[in-house]
Amino acid sequence: MDYFVSLAVFAGIWVVLALSLNILMGFAGQVSLGQAAFFAIGAYTSALCALKFDQPFFVGFFAAILVTGFVGAFLGLPSLRVRHDFLVLATMGVNFVVVAIFKYVDFFGGALGLIDIPTPRFFGVNNDIPYLILVWLYVGAAILISWYISKTWTGLALNAVRINEEAAAAVGISVPRFKIYAFIVSAALAGGAGSLYAHYLKSLFPDNFNFIESIVILSMVVVGGVGTLRGPIIGAIILRALPELLREVHDYRFTLYGGLIVLMMLFQPMGLLGDDSTLMRGLRRLFVRKEKVDYEHAA
Amino acid sequence: MSTRLEARNITKRFGGLEALRGVSVTAQDEILGLIGPNGAGKTTLFNIICGFLRPTSGAVIFEDRAIHTKRTHEITQSGIARTFQIVKPFSDLTVLDNVLAGLGCHIYATPRVFAEQYSTRTTIEPAREILAFTDLTKWADTLAGNLPIGLQRKLEIARALATQPRLLLLDEPAAGLTSGEADELAVLVRKLRAQGKTIIVIEHNMAFAMNLCQRIVVLAQGEIIAQGTPAQVQTDERVINAYLGH
Repeated sequence: MDYFVSLAVFAGIWVVLALSLNILMGFAGQVSLGQAAFFAIGAYTSALCALKFDQPFFVGFFAAILVTGFVGAFLGLPSLRVRHDFLVLATMGVNFVVVAIFKYVDFFGGALGLIDIPTPRFFGVNNDIPYLILVWLYVGAAILISWYISKTWTGLALNAVRINEEAAAAVGISVPRFKIYAFIVSAALAGGAGSLYAHYLKSLFPDNFNFIESIVILSMVVVGGVGTLRGPIIGAIILRALPELLREVHDYRFTLYGGLIVLMMLFQPMGLLGDDSTLMRGLRRLFVRKEKVDYEHAA
Repeated sequence: MSTRLEARNITKRFGGLEALRGVSVTAQDEILGLIGPNGAGKTTLFNIICGFLRPTSGAVIFEDRAIHTKRTHEITQSGIARTFQIVKPFSDLTVLDNVLAGLGCHIYATPRVFAEQYSTRTTIEPAREILAFTDLTKWADTLAGNLPIGLQRKLEIARALATQPRLLLLDEPAAGLTSGEADELAVLVRKLRAQGKTIIVIEHNMAFAMNLCQRIVVLAQGEIIAQGTPAQVQTDERVINAYLGH
């Protein structure tokens, strides 16, 4: 039982991480290999609130969201100067720098990390079920936020920026401003996930947030389907839960992630559940009858 | 006629290359043609008016306000819209969403951008009107990238119109069109003029430009070599020389 609870907690946290990267990458088109940095900043902020300032869980949780959102605005600045592959390199660099700071500054626990982070208990229940519910409420919030953004003018503007920055500017969109918006929301979501992670794990070490974690998050989004909502959710669940359930696979999971990215890029660049993927086309053929054309307006 | 746009003594250098040398152009309420051989600096001038490039020296005045220090999105919001020589539709959005993206022009800088949905009855209605006006209605739900080039050029005009410009810059709108499509386009541009918009057209298709424009400015090697009515320009010796490459 405990095993499945912890599996579901971690799955939920990684679903949020995948959704957060999806806002940056799928919506705004800013490919980042530094998402684990935001995750780390959220985790450390929340843990330090509890350990150094004796604050209750929710104070740390919201502080984590605020602080990472704020830092996200700054770490998004490189995206205003560099595009595409150069941005990927810049965000990678950010990941290394952030991990290094947590590793070498004593205030953050250094290489020995932070231990004895309290796990909050709710309603006097002495197990992790309420925490699990909290995690999945946060997942629900992340899904809702992603969905809502995609419906608003902000979502349309982010799409425009992703597809063509010059054309976006030519319809009155401030490209830098919307890139920074995407970084803020993406970072804040990942920061909240970091808080939930820190208080569940009870101890943090800088190496938990290595560059490889950014790759893991990226593969979840890519495997599921960039830009959709279902893609990152399913991608995160599959890539997080599968290796845990299949013990033999666990030791080779990074090989699995790497291999999957290569295969997806070669054969299904839009992801397993992307809008035009083989799987989605098949599902649509099975469940949706021929789409009706809107002749009423086509006169 | 009132002066809509004035480009005053514009010079633009790219390293050692002088793309524009002290060019001054004014546009009244009219259809103004900007013609000239390749490399004459026509698109550079457009890019300066729209804020994609800063002039090395000179000023751009739009409705009595200097705009050459502003950024592209601010210039669009102040009432200048453009199309691109190499079309840049939002290719994986539908035609309707492309037009909606233009309609958002006056929302993007306000807090409404976070709160309001972009695809509602109140926004779709004006978007559909623009689609009907540009004869794109039956493509509304098609992905813009799947349209043939002629329709993509029309879509660029539709998207530009959605920003409610008073000055419209068309960069080679007839390139790649059949003569039938070009005729339709000319009708469309005249309708826009009739609605009170000022239009500046860069065009390589001489017949199209001569037929459409009320006044023509001829650029060659970064300088204005002639301007006047189509008839005046057509007989100008310097223009004939520039086009024949002497």
